[in-house]
Amino acid sequence: MIRFENISLDTGSGFALKDLSFTVPSGKYAVLMGRTGCGKTTLLEILCGLRQPDSGSIFIGDRNITKLPPGKRRIGYVPQDGAFFPTFTVAEHLAFAPRLQKKSAPEIATRTAALAERLGLTHLLDRLPQNLSGGEKQRVVLGRALAADPEVLLLDEPLSALDEETREDMAVLLQSAHHDHRLTVLHVTHLRSEAIRLGDLVLRLEKGRVLSADD
Amino acid sequence: MKRPSLFWITLVFIAVLYLGFIVAMLAATAAYTSLGEMWQALQSREIRYATGLSLLTCTVTALLSLILAVPIGYLLARSKFRGKALVEAALDIPIVLPPLVVGLCLLILFQTSFGRMVEEHVAFTYTIAGVILAQLVIGAAFAIRTMRGTFDHLSSRPEEVAMTLGCSRFQAVRFVTLPAARRGMFAAASVAWARSLGEFGPILVFAGATRMKTEVLPTTVWLELSVGNLEAAVAVGLLMVGMAMIVLVAVRLTGESL
Repeated sequence: MIRFENISLDTGSGFALKDLSFTVPSGKYAVLMGRTGCGKTTLLEILCGLRQPDSGSIFIGDRNITKLPPGKRRIGYVPQDGAFFPTFTVAEHLAFAPRLQKKSAPEIATRTAALAERLGLTHLLDRLPQNLSGGEKQRVVLGRALAADPEVLLLDEPLSALDEETREDMAVLLQSAHHDHRLTVLHVTHLRSEAIRLGDLVLRLEKGRVLSADD
Repeated sequence: MKRPSLFWITLVFIAVLYLGFIVAMLAATAAYTSLGEMWQALQSREIRYATGLSLLTCTVTALLSLILAVPIGYLLARSKFRGKALVEAALDIPIVLPPLVVGLCLLILFQTSFGRMVEEHVAFTYTIAGVILAQLVIGAAFAIRTMRGTFDHLSSRPEEVAMTLGCSRFQAVRFVTLPAARRGMFAAASVAWARSLGEFGPILVFAGATRMKTEVLPTTVWLELSVGNLEAAVAVGLLMVGMAMIVLVAVRLTGESL
């Protein structure tokens, strides 16, 4: 479960989050919609610890994570821009989190191979992600996040830059990752079709507040 | 075939004019001496000592400059704080100050009680350590500029994502940013090395020009000129041109392969 309690943030650059509260139940796939520039990415960055809110608290399950550093939150973050590690191959991206968790070399190799197999990246392991196609890049970013074995997955417009066919393949992959890893997902998009296709729960961010899509 | 426009012809003309001037300068210097005369001059014990000392001090300075430039460059590129413009201006002081004044400032600093206290442990004035310190003041300023530019061009996003995967800030920089900055680090060290090779004013004032002690190659040129031995001065000058060219080519080749 993800719970935002009275989160406020004034970015000083045109928009603000005002006393924002909402809950994503455990194991649900929530889609947060909103216009471009309404603060969706900022909300995700607050959740994964890259920005501090001015006030309020955030919980994952019953853990108050508001003051925890990003790496202690057990959140997998799939950013819109990929944010690839410039010198890392695909294999190194997938092995990065297990390496930080001090897993043994054989375990890292096994996990990387299994994850690559599931995401269809096995033949690309030695390549640099910057040189891959849009769909392949998204699978690498997803794999890097899943490799950390997160409790919560945050997806920032993961399908926006993909063509229609690749988008459907990626949507299937996201659904299976959600199911197989028993994740609570918060997926941000401005596209209604994505929300309908994937969301158990659809929310809308408008004027700094989160509303249910039914409101 | 399409004829190049007047615009491009003008640019090429200016570039050729400038490059031609540099080549003419070097060619005239090279024509002043012969290989035999050069070889004879370079057999001198003093000149060989100065060459060795130049290579040693420039290399130490380049490494020390990098140790300073990486954290300071990162700080300037990634953080916002009050008075940042002032700090940036202060870091450029060694670049804009006349080199002799840098030497003078160093000399005065080491006459203060703080300087004397430091010199009780490590002697800098008129020593090899002083040569390195004089080179470092200016070399590091150029290295910091280079590293700041490098970090400015590297997005902080990969570092942030690395932190969500379990890294501390230090680990994110070490594992993600520094490998991506390796060309910039190499360029920064090279700039510091090359600047140090040509450094003269601060060394003369702060470390002196004692033969077989604090004599580096620019000092040799000056000492030989001052006794009217133009042939030896030219030979050492050409040696420095050769060393600088080797470093520049090595930087290009290594930079491309990194």
